[in-house]
Amino acid sequence: MHASIILLLPFFSALVILLGHRHLKGAAVLISVGSSIISFIACLFFLAAENDNKLLLPFLDVGHFHANIDVLIDKQSRGMMFIVSFIGMLVHIFSLGYMKDDDAKPRFFGSLSLFMFSMTGIVLAGNLIMMFIFWELVGLSSYLLIGHWYQKASAAEACKKAFLTNRIGDFGFMIGILLLFGANGGSVNLFDLKSAFAPGGTLGLGSPGYHAGFTTAAALCIFLGAVGKSAQFPLHVWLPDAMEGPTPVSALIHAATMVAAGVYMLVRVSFLIEASPLAAEIIAGIGAFTALMAALMATQQNDIKRILAYSTLSQLGYMVMAVGAVAMAVQHGHEAHGPNPGHPAMFHLYTHAFFKALLFLGSGAIIYACHHEQDIWKMGGLRKHMPITFWTFLIGTLALMGLPWVTSGFYSKEGILGAAYDSGCSILFHAGTLTAVLTSFYMMRLVIVAFFGKSRTDSAHHAAEGGVGLAMLLPLIILAVFSILSAWDGFATPLQALKPAHETPHATVLFASILAFLIGTGAAIYFYRGKAKEPINIKLFANKFYFDEIYAVIVRICQDRLAWIVTALERVFVDGLIARLPTALVARLGAATRMLQGGHLQGYTFLLGGGVIGVVYLVVFVLPRLGH
Amino acid sequence: MSVLELIIALPLLAALAVWLGAPARAASLGATFINLILVFYTAVQYWGKTGLAFTHSRPILENPSLSFAVGADGISIILALLTTLVMLAAIWQIQDRPAIFYVSSLLIGGGALGAFLTTDVFFIYAFHELALIPTFLMIALHGRAEPAQRKAVAWKATIYLGAGSLVLLAGLVWLVLEFSGGSKLTFDLEALRSQARLTPLPDAKQAQIFFVLLLGFGSLVSLFPFHSWAAPAYATAPTPVAMLHSGVLKKFGLYGLIRIALPLLPHGAHVEWVQNALLLMLLGNILVMGLVTIHANRLDDTLANSSVMHMGYIFLGIAAGTEIALKGAVILMFAHGISIALLFGLCGRMRNQLGTLEYNKLGGLATHAPAFTVLFAFGTFASIGLPGLTNFAGEVMIFLGNFTEFKAGALTNLQWTVILALWGVVMSAVYMLRAYRGIFHGSPATGLFMIDPAFSQRVPFIFLATTLLVTGCCPWLLLNLMKSAL
Repeated sequence: MHASIILLLPFFSALVILLGHRHLKGAAVLISVGSSIISFIACLFFLAAENDNKLLLPFLDVGHFHANIDVLIDKQSRGMMFIVSFIGMLVHIFSLGYMKDDDAKPRFFGSLSLFMFSMTGIVLAGNLIMMFIFWELVGLSSYLLIGHWYQKASAAEACKKAFLTNRIGDFGFMIGILLLFGANGGSVNLFDLKSAFAPGGTLGLGSPGYHAGFTTAAALCIFLGAVGKSAQFPLHVWLPDAMEGPTPVSALIHAATMVAAGVYMLVRVSFLIEASPLAAEIIAGIGAFTALMAALMATQQNDIKRILAYSTLSQLGYMVMAVGAVAMAVQHGHEAHGPNPGHPAMFHLYTHAFFKALLFLGSGAIIYACHHEQDIWKMGGLRKHMPITFWTFLIGTLALMGLPWVTSGFYSKEGILGAAYDSGCSILFHAGTLTAVLTSFYMMRLVIVAFFGKSRTDSAHHAAEGGVGLAMLLPLIILAVFSILSAWDGFATPLQALKPAHETPHATVLFASILAFLIGTGAAIYFYRGKAKEPINIKLFANKFYFDEIYAVIVRICQDRLAWIVTALERVFVDGLIARLPTALVARLGAATRMLQGGHLQGYTFLLGGGVIGVVYLVVFVLPRLGH
Repeated sequence: MSVLELIIALPLLAALAVWLGAPARAASLGATFINLILVFYTAVQYWGKTGLAFTHSRPILENPSLSFAVGADGISIILALLTTLVMLAAIWQIQDRPAIFYVSSLLIGGGALGAFLTTDVFFIYAFHELALIPTFLMIALHGRAEPAQRKAVAWKATIYLGAGSLVLLAGLVWLVLEFSGGSKLTFDLEALRSQARLTPLPDAKQAQIFFVLLLGFGSLVSLFPFHSWAAPAYATAPTPVAMLHSGVLKKFGLYGLIRIALPLLPHGAHVEWVQNALLLMLLGNILVMGLVTIHANRLDDTLANSSVMHMGYIFLGIAAGTEIALKGAVILMFAHGISIALLFGLCGRMRNQLGTLEYNKLGGLATHAPAFTVLFAFGTFASIGLPGLTNFAGEVMIFLGNFTEFKAGALTNLQWTVILALWGVVMSAVYMLRAYRGIFHGSPATGLFMIDPAFSQRVPFIFLATTLLVTGCCPWLLLNLMKSAL
C-alpha cells in the first residue's frame, strides 16, 4: 500500500505536469513539491512495513516467464527508500527558492517528479528487469535535468554525454541480466537468484552447477552497469560535466541518490560477487583506483561544484571498493562484515547522502548569493556574509573529512577502511587511507579559500544571506543535524541504516583514519592559509588526467572514422554489386528490347504488377495441368 | 460476411470514391476512422482468446483450391491496429495536397490490411503487391527531389522490391507444390499448416525453401545486404508514403516469415547454415547500418537508415524462434511502426517549414516549438529503446527469448549475436541523441526556427505518442492478444 503510493504518486505528478506544463505555472510546483512531501510521509509508514516480495503492477507475462513490477521489501530497500524520499523532499523545498526566477519551472519540477518515480522503482525493484527499467528511467530524468538549460551548448553536450556513457554501462548490465536469466532457468527475481547463488544453491560455490568463468562474467557484466551509473573508472567522465544542471539536481541526483544506485544495486546482488573471487578483486580494485584518482583530480579544481563532483566520484569509489572488499572478506571467512545485518558500503552511502547533499545545497546557496559565481578563487571571506551557510557547510565538510568521533562520516569511513583491512589485500587499505588524506586536504582547501580570508571580487563582497531565504536555509540546517547524528544508533536504528555490527575497530584502522584527517587538514591549512592565488600547480590533476581528450580521440577513431569507412564500403560494395551491376546488365538487355519500353515509370510498375499476376496464373493454372 | 472483409474493403472503396470525385479529406478520414473503430472492436472481441477468429471463406476455384478467405489471430490484429493507427495519422497530417495523396494512402493501407487479414497465400501476396504500386508511383511523381533523381530512386526501389517479390513468389510456389504432392493444390494457409504438421518436409529441404523465402521476404524488409533501396526511398518519399511504407508495409515481410515460413518450415530456420547466414545478415543490419546511420548528417537520412537498422532486431527474434522472442518480435514490429511513422511525420513537417534537415544548419528549435519537441522526444526515446515506450518491451523480449536455452560456459551463435547486437542499442542512442542535440538543443545555427503547429495538426502525432506510452507501460495489453502459442 505505502509502496504503491511512494512509487506512483510522483509518476502521476510528472504526467500531469507534462500534459499541462504550459497551463499550470505555479500549480506544477505545488503538485511536485506536494507529492514529494506526501511520499515522504508514506515512507515513514513504509519504514515499519513487513519484509515482503509482492506484485504491484503487471508488465510482461509470457507463459512461465514474468517480468512484472514487483517490490522487494527488506531492510535494504526500507533504509534506501528513506534516504531517497527524505533528501528528495528537502531538495524539492530547496528548489522552491533556488529556481524561483526560472522560466521553465514546470519542466524542472516535472522532471524532478519523474526522477523520484524512477529512483523509487530502483529501490523497490524485486527483479533485475524491473531494476533495469527504472535504471534507464533515472538516466532519462538525469538527461532532462542536466539539460535543463539546453540553450547553453555546454549543458546540451553534458546531458548527451551522461546518457551515452550510461548506455555503455547498461550494455553490460543487460548482458549480465541475460546471462543470469539463462542460467537461472528464466527467473531474474532477486530472491530466486539469491537462493540459487547461495552456497549449496543450484549455481552457488561448490555445487555441480557452479561455473567459475560464467559467474565471474555475469558479475562483471552486472558491475559494468554500476560503473556507468556510479561513474567509476573508466566511465567516470560524465559526472563532472553533469554539474551543468541546476545545483539542487546535482545534490539529489548526482551526489546523494542516483549515482549511489550503482552501489545499492551491487549490494543487492552481493551474493553474485561473493560467488566469484576474481570479480570481487576487480570490483574492489576499480573502486580503489577511482577513489584515489578522483581525489587527486579534486585537489586542483577551482569550480566549487566540480570539487564536490570529484569528491562524489571519490566517495563512490570508496563504496564500490567496500563492496568488493566485503565480498573478499566473506570469501576468506570473515562473516562479521557480511551483508547481514550491516554493510559498510551501504552505511557509507547512507551517511554520505546527507553530508554530500548538504555540501551541494550549501554550494547552491553560495552560487545563488554570489550571482552564479562558481570559482572559489573569486569568493573568499564568505564566512562573515553567510554565517548559516558557513556553519552548515563546515559541518558537512567535517563529516566528509571524517572528524573523529563527532561526525557520522568518521564511523562509516572507518567501516570501509576496516573492510579493506579485513579483505586481506593491503593495497586496498593503503589506497583507502591515502584517499582519506586527500579528501581532508581538498575539502579544507575549499573551505579556506571560499570562506576565509578577504572577499576577492565584488560578487563575493556583496553576497548576503538575506536574499537566500528560508526555503533554502532550512534544508541546510536539517541536513547538518543529520550529518552529525546519522551514525548514532538513536538515528540509525529506526531509519534502518545498514550499520555494520559494532565491534571494536582494529587499532591500525582507527589510527590510520585519525592520522589521515590530521595530515590532510594540516597540509591544507599550511598551503592555503591567507593565499589569494593557487600556490600549487599540477597540470595533470587540473586536466583530469586528460581522460576527456583521450576519449575524444577514441570516439573520433573508433566511431566517426569507422562510420565513415563503413559507409563508403557499403556504398561501393553493397550498392555496387547488388544494385548497379544487375542494373547495368538489365540496361544492356533493355537496349536490345527497346521496343517494349515506353519510358514511363507508371507503365513499368503496371507491367510489373501484370507480370506478377501472369506468373501466378501460369503457376496456378498451367503448371498443375502439365504435371498430370 | 466477416467484419474483416469490411475492414479490408472500406479503405479501397474510399480510395475509389475519392478518385471518382468525393471530397478527399472528409472521405478518407471518415473511412479510416470507422476502420480504426472496427479494428478496435475486433481486438476487444479477440481479447484473451486463442486461435484464428472472424474466419470467412468465399471459394473461387475448386482445383487448385483458391478462395478469398479472411481470418485473424493476435498477430494479424496487432498489425491491423498498427495499420489503421498509422493510416489515420498519415492521412490526418496531409495538408494542401492533391487528392492523389489521399488515394495512395488509402490504397497502401488497404493493401496492407488485406495482406494481414487474409489467410490465403495467393491473396496475402497479391494484396502486398497492390500496396507497393502506389508507393512507387508516389515517390516518382511527388517525391521530394528533382524529377530525374526521384525517378531514379523510385526505379531503384521498384527493381529491388520487384526482384524480391519474384524470389518470394518462387519460394511460395515451391512451398505450395511441396505440400500438395497429391492431386489437389491449395493456397489455404490453414490447410497448408495442418499438412505441415502431418507430413513435415525433411530438414534439408525445409532449410532450402526457408532460405529462398528469407531472401524474398527479407529484401522487402531491407534485410542486409538487400537494403540499399530503403534509405533513399524513405528520404525521397512524400511524408504519408514514408510513414505508411516504413511503418506498416515493410512489416509485411516479417509478418510473412512469422506467418508462413516459420509454421510451415519449423526446422528451416534452425538448420545451421541458414541460421548462420541469417545471423550474419542481421548483424549487417544492426552493426553496419548502425555505423552508416551514425555517419548521416541529415535527419531524413538518419531516420531512413535507422529504420533499416532496427529491422535487425526483429530478425533476431525470428532467428531465435522461441515463444518469448517471437512475441517480442511482433511487439517490436508494432512499436517500430508507430515510432518511425511518428518520426517521419514530424520530419516531413520540419522539411516543409524549414526547407532543410541538415544538422549543421539547425539548432535550438525547442525554444520556439516546445510541443513539437516533446512529440519528437517521444519518437527519439522510443527508437532508443527507453523503457516505458513500446520498443523496449519488444527488444527486451527478443533478447531474453534468445537466452531461454542456456548452458553456462557455452554460448551459442545466437547468444553471441545478441551480445553483439546489444552494442547496436548504444549506437542508436548515439545517432538519435546527436540528432536531437543538433536540432532542438543549443541555439539556432543559421537563424532558422519554427513554431509549434496548430493543435489540430498536432493531434495525429499526439495520437501516436500516446499509443507508444500506453502500450509501452502496459505491454501486456498487446500480449493478451497473443495468448496462443506461436
